[in-house]
Amino acid sequence: MSLTFQGRVHRFGDEVNTDVILPGRYLALRKPEELGKHCMEGIDPDFIHRVQPGDILAVGRNFGCGSSREHAVIALKAAGVSAIVAVSAARIFFRNAVNLGLPVILCPEAATSLREGEEARVALEDMSVTQGDAAWRGLALGDEVRAILAAGGLVPRVRQALAA
Amino acid sequence: MTGQTITQKILAAHTEDGRAEPGSIVTIRPDVVLLNDVSGPLAFEQFEAMGATRPFDPARIVLVADHFAPAPDVTAAGAIAMTRAFAQRHGIEHFYEPGRGGIEHTLLAELGMVGHGTIVFGADSHTCTAGAFNALGIGFGSTDLAGALVMGQLWMRVPDSIRVELVGTPGPYVSGKDIILELIRRIGSDGAADAALEFGGPGVAGLPMDARMAVANMAVEGGADTCVFEGDTLSTTDMALRGVPTAPAVLADADAVYRERIVIDLSALSPMVARPPSPASGVPVGQLRGQRVDQVYVGNCSNGTMTDLRQVADILRGRQVAPGVRMVVVPATQKIWRQALAEGLLDVMAAAGAAISTPTCGACFGGHMGILAAGETAIATTNRNYRGRMGHPDSQVFLANAWVAAAAAVAGEIVPPDEIAQTAKAAA
Ligand code: SF4
Repeated sequence: MSLTFQGRVHRFGDEVNTDVILPGRYLALRKPEELGKHCMEGIDPDFIHRVQPGDILAVGRNFGCGSSREHAVIALKAAGVSAIVAVSAARIFFRNAVNLGLPVILCPEAATSLREGEEARVALEDMSVTQGDAAWRGLALGDEVRAILAAGGLVPRVRQALAA
Repeated sequence: MTGQTITQKILAAHTEDGRAEPGSIVTIRPDVVLLNDVSGPLAFEQFEAMGATRPFDPARIVLVADHFAPAPDVTAAGAIAMTRAFAQRHGIEHFYEPGRGGIEHTLLAELGMVGHGTIVFGADSHTCTAGAFNALGIGFGSTDLAGALVMGQLWMRVPDSIRVELVGTPGPYVSGKDIILELIRRIGSDGAADAALEFGGPGVAGLPMDARMAVANMAVEGGADTCVFEGDTLSTTDMALRGVPTAPAVLADADAVYRERIVIDLSALSPMVARPPSPASGVPVGQLRGQRVDQVYVGNCSNGTMTDLRQVADILRGRQVAPGVRMVVVPATQKIWRQALAEGLLDVMAAAGAAISTPTCGACFGGHMGILAAGETAIATTNRNYRGRMGHPDSQVFLANAWVAAAAAVAGEIVPPDEIAQTAKAAA
């Protein structure tokens, strides 16, 4: 998988929980195209009309807290989100995102500085976040997280392990 | 070498080399793997995609249809059917549906699968409920647990520990719910991020197991990776009652290292109510006196126990749910439902005008069985009051213990429960 992501920035605040990313009433759904339609419905019903493939989220503290529902990550990916730059992220959400190949870059400075609606670029090779002339460096990923992202998610990673 | 926390000791006992230093990455082999009808189907698809043919150990896998159970629609019925089929295909005997099961975290304890030193990996954030039993319950998403189903193990970072010292004896109408709402109020929704909350101290002895479950259940609302109570004579007796094989209580070393120490004086607590939209926004119930409610919901994996149902019946006996208020009571498991029936509690509630449901997650997560309309307000014994959690994005939920919820049902508004308890009862 490519380790560089480019798209326009959408800003969200602190404590955006998985209930508002993908409300509970849709949890019996599993298909990405069905879940994607409801992405962010609980907090910003218009988001799904603004988001374009490749777009990047800049979010506040404790992003993805609450329910462990992986449906939230599936919905974000299906809506077109390619990467998330966060002040901080909840543990389960972070793992779910990595496992499904959606990178979450922990970088408070970038997350609070990225400008809404403008293009930005995220590169996992050096954990850099850039927008115009500004550049930031996110927290380094652990070896295991890096290996999962490089494999394209946990499914290919376990396939490799089973084949070994 | 410095002393170890409870979390370190339990994790270390589940690694290959017996080591678990805070901050290090370890591979843990859990005792039990738990999935439900929402997280399970996604995990089963990933299990297939991983190219796996059979799970690591069918006897240690528990599948519970609780979220959309009994199925409210065809899509949900399909998800439960997938869960049932996975159980049948792989010879998983621990598969539970309505009529035999209940809410997964309460049920898991009842089944006798959690005791001193156990590790549960659950595809549900409230797996931390197992902490009540001197065990570690750790929540994950579906793909992680698909990996666990295949390999019988997962990587994780060993959390730091935060020691929560409980002292004193709670006053009237103060329950486990109030302890955890107070703690989360103090530390915030991510105050325990990357940490395990470890509950100990002289105040633990006076807390019944149901109260410990109510506390442990909401550790994740403080951002904790997991949580654990010290084991004691009560948890030991409780294991015997639930048929869990004997195992010594896991205690922290005297010189264990903590990221932080917090003391909660239980005698200083009042019943708490968390205002929407955050479980961390608790205030003493008196501050919200007069807040109107449309619905009262008693149930969920934190507070749908016998203790909670007895508290509700205490308040409702000889009284009526206020006109214009709906009350929904959801015992957490079939066993609890039957005991509440045997004790006459269900009749007290029904006579007061409450609707009693079969065990289910139901409206707790906005699934079914009591969804809120736009503009409506509920008070609930559940664990989350995020925006739209119980239904329409413009509905709101206040979180409280079962006495406070029942008192609100009678008054039609939030009121300290002792005030309702002092009012006259209607002639029986
Ligand atoms: S009762 Fe609510 S919080 Fe508990 S497992 Fe079910 S949906 Fe989750």
